[in-house]
Amino acid sequence: MAGRVIVVTSGKGGVGKTTTVANIGTGLALRHKKVVMIDADIGLRNLDVVMGLENRIIYDLVDVAEKTCRSVHKALIKDKRLSNLFLLPAAQTRNKDAISPEQMVAIVDELKEEFDYILVDCPAGIERGFDNAVAAATEAIVVTTPEVSAVRDADRIIGLLQDKEIYDPVLILNRLRPDMVRKGDMMDVDDINDILAIKLLGIVPDDEEIIISTNKGEPAVLNNHSKAGEAFRNIVRRMEGEEVPFMSVNGEPGLFGRFLKLLNGK
Amino acid sequence: MFRDETPSKNQAVERLRLILVHDRAKVSTGLLEQLRGEIINAISKYVEIEEENIEIELNATESKAELVANIPVVKVRRAVE
Repeated sequence: MAGRVIVVTSGKGGVGKTTTVANIGTGLALRHKKVVMIDADIGLRNLDVVMGLENRIIYDLVDVAEKTCRSVHKALIKDKRLSNLFLLPAAQTRNKDAISPEQMVAIVDELKEEFDYILVDCPAGIERGFDNAVAAATEAIVVTTPEVSAVRDADRIIGLLQDKEIYDPVLILNRLRPDMVRKGDMMDVDDINDILAIKLLGIVPDDEEIIISTNKGEPAVLNNHSKAGEAFRNIVRRMEGEEVPFMSVNGEPGLFGRFLKLLNGK
Repeated sequence: MFRDETPSKNQAVERLRLILVHDRAKVSTGLLEQLRGEIINAISKYVEIEEENIEIELNATESKAELVANIPVVKVRRAVE
């Protein structure tokens, strides 16, 4: 059976697409799936760094498209930790026009036969880079943060995905801060669900561990003490068809809330 | 708890709602055209209208979005067609 081809996209930059791909890819591989992550952000590659694989790159996506390297397998980098996880890195010194959507489809078609999951890390923006990243995908994960600009761009991306015949994208709400939600200073998951109206795949809390794990080049999903890592493990389980309850968005009630509950005898 | 302003998330939700009214209307090609067509069909059952002089606009101000339709009526039908 051919593997699932999933693009991770957002419109806006800096909302956590690359971190999401690294964590989901690693999380799926931890569950013994054969996974390849494609960095489609040509010119601004980052997935290699987040995965801690930057020193192992020999060939890249453009080399594969231009057939500079003999086969796509020559360009795949095996993960340090998991032998069933691979990265196809982007080229750093070229631009988005260096490959075409047709070339992307051809590369993915070859990988599909062999891998359970092909995750495509989409660049920010809605131009050629987006077209390339989406070309081969049949599913999409839209990443957003609870900010007006990010949600607006996510809405636009959902429309563009529809034009590309990807009708059921799922949402990851990233960097949620329960403390701010409680104070009424951050939109919560219901607000965003209401606006974007697509299925929720996961909520990832804002977590300093993400920065630490990126410093080290080790995805947080491998860290059992990271809240974000736990959220990504849950996301992976949902992708695999498990029903996993969402973490309580409002977190534990504050001191005053607990006091109220006490008064109410709950 | 002691703040007198409304929580800022309400402003975020409200602003987003208005922004997306505009974004979606502009982006989805033909959405307004389709709406126009269906409004004409629905109204024409009851009244005869000057189709060529219909104005349909989506307006958003600071605080609200509204669909404004200006539809000149020629005559009202006796029964629904």
